[in-house]
Amino acid sequence: MWKLLKIELFKIFRRPRTYIAFAAIAAIIFLIQLAFYSDGEAFLQFGMQSLKETFDINGKILSGYMVCFIILQTLLIHVPLLIALVAGDTIAGEANMGTLRLLVTKPISRSQFMWTKFTATVIYTLLLLIFMAVLSLVVSIAVFGTSDLIIMKSDMVVILDNGDILWRYFAAFGFAAVAMITVASLAFLLSVFAENSIGPIVATMSIVILFTILTTMDIPLFNALKPFLFTNHMLNWKGFFEDPVNYKEIFKSLFVLVGHIIVFVFLAIVIFKKKDILS
Amino acid sequence: MKTIQFFITILTFQFISSICFAQGETELVNKVKAKLDKVNDYKAEGIMNIDVPFIKAAPSGVTIFYKKPSQFRVKKDGGISILPKGGVNVNLSSILAMGKYTVVPAGESVIGGGKVKVVKLLPEEENSSVVLATLYIDEVSLVIKKSIVTTRENGTYEMEMSYGKYNNWGLPDKVIFTFNLKDYKLPKGVTFEYESGEKKQSKTTSENKKGKVEIIYKSYLINKGIPDSVFKE
Repeated sequence: MWKLLKIELFKIFRRPRTYIAFAAIAAIIFLIQLAFYSDGEAFLQFGMQSLKETFDINGKILSGYMVCFIILQTLLIHVPLLIALVAGDTIAGEANMGTLRLLVTKPISRSQFMWTKFTATVIYTLLLLIFMAVLSLVVSIAVFGTSDLIIMKSDMVVILDNGDILWRYFAAFGFAAVAMITVASLAFLLSVFAENSIGPIVATMSIVILFTILTTMDIPLFNALKPFLFTNHMLNWKGFFEDPVNYKEIFKSLFVLVGHIIVFVFLAIVIFKKKDILS
Repeated sequence: MKTIQFFITILTFQFISSICFAQGETELVNKVKAKLDKVNDYKAEGIMNIDVPFIKAAPSGVTIFYKKPSQFRVKKDGGISILPKGGVNVNLSSILAMGKYTVVPAGESVIGGGKVKVVKLLPEEENSSVVLATLYIDEVSLVIKKSIVTTRENGTYEMEMSYGKYNNWGLPDKVIFTFNLKDYKLPKGVTFEYESGEKKQSKTTSENKKGKVEIIYKSYLINKGIPDSVFKE
């Protein structure tokens, strides 16, 4: 299994497409940090207008924690699209190149083959998230320093103490890893059906975009749908920035996401095992 | 004729007694002011607790700076402090240092089981930020136990003070600052929030549109000098 995994990882990291996601994330984070470094205070003052009507806020609002939170808020909606680039290519890419038929003739079971492919995708996803965590959290703290964190919610403002924040980021990144693996497993499932990687990549992106739009629109009809959308549960990494943390809701979301992963991967393996490989 | 004389006597008596009373209250306010005037500046350590329906913040240690006549700043070391707008009026010296005002007696009241004199201060300056201040003064210890301040721009504030170790300086051990709130709302499309599917009860109903900030002062450093830069940061 380890040998197979090494081969799969070699294949993933040999392709230039893999590094598009790393480069895109680095560029976006750097640009956001640069923007905040040059004019972040004005942006935050604008964002806090409704709060500042009643209150005088003193102290360092623009901190590494704040910048990291804004980066996560922005990127965790877009990172699924970058993950789909690689995850959607896992099986369909082999089919497209004509190597899939050759691979399944090797003396390994199709299940083992699929598990290896999925594990390699998960490792890629985790590496992408770690890369993102280092750039968004470590670099932001190094540049902007630390302070209390103000979280602006739709009906609530949460102020978290400086010393009570770092663990929340570790927990949030852990949660985000599960959320991103959900997207990877969806792309992985769709990849089984296609002979060309464009199909599953675009299909995954479309599903994520559609569900994200439904998740963010505050319309009663869509609000009723939200508890059933995995994109809604993906946003619950923010639950770690509540005070107190609502662990019941977080575990509910984790349960939903892990459920999706199990179903997607199970379906992918079952379908692949029964599939006639013609390419 | 006698009736007219009687009325004139009564009116004169009322006029004279009201002036006497007002003078008495003015003297009382001046005594309180004189006591507070002993404090040129202070740096205090304390704990601030925010009780606002739409703000969740744990009680935090803060440093409070004051310098005559009305410079006031609450700072949290390595963090963020939040005070109602116009929070400078948290400081009593600021109210009494607002310039010329007319003192109007408003009877007596009871606060915390103790009798207090009620006086109203009407600023004489046209452009004063304070429109009206009602003070509840303890005549014995010459401290303000409660004040209700109506400002031109930031609504009405209420302050309740408890005194202890620093009674001689007229500085409170605890201040509860009550103020009116405005609605707070941001679109969910901007905040990208998780939706649990459960209906939330609005916490900012019209009945509880008041916020409170409580500051418990642990220690004061009085008249040790504070640079102006502290208030400019």
